Amino acid sequence: MAVDKFPIEAGHIMMFARSIGDANPIYYDEDYAKGTEPGGVVAPPTFVQASAQFDPDYFLRPKIGQEWFGSAKGPTGITPKEGGGSGGGSGGGLHAEQHYVYHKPLVAGDTLTATVKPGKSWEKEGRRGGKLMFSESVTEYRDLTGELVVTATSVGVRTERPATS
Amino acid sequence: MPLKLSDLNVGDVYREEVCNNLSRTQIVQYAGTSGDYNPLHSDEIFTTQIAGYPSVFAHGMLSMGMTGRMLTNYVGDGRLTAYGVRFTAQVFPGATLTASATIDAIREENGEHFIDLSVSTQDSEGVEVIKGQASARVDA
Repeated sequence: MAVDKFPIEAGHIMMFARSIGDANPIYYDEDYAKGTEPGGVVAPPTFVQASAQFDPDYFLRPKIGQEWFGSAKGPTGITPKEGGGSGGGSGGGLHAEQHYVYHKPLVAGDTLTATVKPGKSWEKEGRRGGKLMFSESVTEYRDLTGELVVTATSVGVRTERPATS
Repeated sequence: MPLKLSDLNVGDVYREEVCNNLSRTQIVQYAGTSGDYNPLHSDEIFTTQIAGYPSVFAHGMLSMGMTGRMLTNYVGDGRLTAYGVRFTAQVFPGATLTASATIDAIREENGEHFIDLSVSTQDSEGVEVIKGQASARVDA
């Protein structure tokens, strides 16, 4: 996801660490963190995924005033259109792989930018028949001096037929 | 505590239980912090009736995040230089997962020392849900 400004906030790191069940005080206790090698509150290894919060167009977040494909009164909030199916697929395929390269520690108080470029794409025959289509996207997270902090490579997979069928 | 070269051998294994009886609420918690609100992870009605899965399931990134905790507990904070995984099976509520790291190689680069690890996370039935690799800097 491309993001102009991804503030690395201490409160966000604390909540993220809780959500992955990680009680390490380096994620919330500044006094403790000062005495560690990184010298401050740092983000867990998968934290940059949360840059989705700062992508205004991220499609897996309900938007004010727009239909949401999850359930509401009915099983999907999307109003069926004339002639079309009810849809409701996530549209993004499934997440097949995720790879990170860490160039330097990600510290609370940093601000990152994220730029995305497409990577490789390839096809594979699925185990239950039908083609699996893989595609890679590479996100570079840089700090305000332009220095690379994390490189994230994500691989998505789609089936030839919709996954929801 | 960072690892020390003299204590390490190829084939060493570090293992940790990273979740026990995974709750739907923890999956919701992860949706909230990561910003990935895909209803497949929290909305049972949508997931069973529209998407056709047996129940909601965890974000792959939640399993990767929990597995990452095993790694940082092993190699120390700020020591990982790379971490990558394939998501090999879905993780459903109630899962108990154990993550392990095995030293594949110990190497030196520009005077610094690194270990390469293979990473695996399995459920209580032995099904591998995460298969990956990681590298970390260790002390001489």
